[in-house]
Amino acid sequence: MDERAVKLTLKNVSKTFYDRNGGIPAIQNVSFTVYDNEFLVILGPGLCGKTVLLNTVAGLEQPTSGQIFLDSRELHGTDPGIGMVFQKKALFPWKTVMQNVEFGPKMRGIPKDERRKTAQKFIDLVGLQNFENSFPHELSGGMKQRVGIARAYANDPELLILDEPFGALDAQTRYSMQEEIIRIWKSEKKTILFVTNNIEEALYLGDRIVLLSRQPATVKETYVIDLPRPRDMLSPEFLKLREKISANMDITV
Amino acid sequence: MKKEKFLHRRRFLLASLLTVILFIAVWAFVVETGLVSTRYLPAPAQVLKTFVQKLSDPKPEGSTLGANILSSLKVASVGFLLAAVLGISLGLFMGWYPPVEKFVKPVFEIIRPIPPVAWIPITIMLFGIGFKAKVFIIFFGGFIPCVINAYTGIQLTSRTLIQVARTYGAGSWKIFWAVGVPSSVQMIFAGVRIALGVSWTTLVAAEMLAADSGLGYMILMGRQFARPDIIVLGMLIIGGIGALLSVVLMRIEQRMEHWRMKR
Repeated sequence: MDERAVKLTLKNVSKTFYDRNGGIPAIQNVSFTVYDNEFLVILGPGLCGKTVLLNTVAGLEQPTSGQIFLDSRELHGTDPGIGMVFQKKALFPWKTVMQNVEFGPKMRGIPKDERRKTAQKFIDLVGLQNFENSFPHELSGGMKQRVGIARAYANDPELLILDEPFGALDAQTRYSMQEEIIRIWKSEKKTILFVTNNIEEALYLGDRIVLLSRQPATVKETYVIDLPRPRDMLSPEFLKLREKISANMDITV
Repeated sequence: MKKEKFLHRRRFLLASLLTVILFIAVWAFVVETGLVSTRYLPAPAQVLKTFVQKLSDPKPEGSTLGANILSSLKVASVGFLLAAVLGISLGLFMGWYPPVEKFVKPVFEIIRPIPPVAWIPITIMLFGIGFKAKVFIIFFGGFIPCVINAYTGIQLTSRTLIQVARTYGAGSWKIFWAVGVPSSVQMIFAGVRIALGVSWTTLVAAEMLAADSGLGYMILMGRQFARPDIIVLGMLIIGGIGALLSVVLMRIEQRMEHWRMKR
């Protein structure tokens, strides 16, 4: 149906956590694909298992059943092709901005000159020039997330996962960061898997939105958002879609 | 701003100085008025005189003051460094690798409550009263806090940071060095500071029971020769060096300010 190249495929992925009282299913039979260079948003109510789903794709959790493919390669565990931006408090507090951003290349044994150059490029891209030698505690919440984004980009992943990256930011910063991530995505094309529980954010950012149900998370619906960018959050089309998705979204108990 | 800080510090220094002067004044008063006989407590001036004299005179117990200080420092630093290196490594491994923890912890928990001084008799039987014996006792004093703090520190490593490192493909050993160890630096430093204090105090106890030189030995001999001035001099020197060591360590810690994390 679609001729575009597929970057990521999830086939019937389930994850169940076991404790003394038996199994608690977190995600159940989740299948979807992400196209090359697509900005895919996963939208789901709070505590629905979104983070578990992402951690499974990133290889931090093993799926109980199902398969995950990056291009045509099946994933087992973490993979250098997948980068992740975490929710919060994920910067190394004892490292400077520069040292944080060059962490990925450093772990891969890239020589210092080369990785510094790469890191500098992405520090500039996220607009943090002159903050190279600052420590995380000297930065604002928005700046910290910019560092997180630069760090993920510097490792040159094929797929970038962002786990509610703006959830802890105040509304104003959140809006500007949404514009920023679109700008960065346009200038450095990557396939992005973005998770949020915020409908406006999903509609503002996504090429498509995969709506998840309440826990255990299953795919409820997929929406193609073909509104032109930059999107106007007050346009009638935007509001109509917002209403449509909102009516279909489960409420967290 | 800077000037204010400077003035503040000067006032602080002045207050500290006043306390010291007051302390010496009370001491002198008690002795000069005969409230306490100089046979038991020497006058401050007498201690100062003994200090000057002891700089070059090995009498009565056999070493000059400098030689005694050097002997004590040597023992304390060797014991302390051994304790720090071995204690921190063991603590880190115990906190990071569960099998190591399961294997070592029971033995460690039994050894932990034994006070360093309780090791003295068996140490004398094993090593005699020489350098090795003293180092061994000090080692046990400093070892315990180093292990406990490194162990606790690395266990507090943020799970998110470990996950970050994992997504960048770092293996267990790399994560240990790149995330675990830096995360515990602050706690390790606190442990090292405790260990340094314990080493220095244990040293005196060790020397009082098993030694032939050093500050503790000097104090003990002071009692045997009925020379309270030697005893008090020894005590003051021990206190002074202890305070100096802790100041030096605090300075080093301040230099590493950005390691102090905001969790």
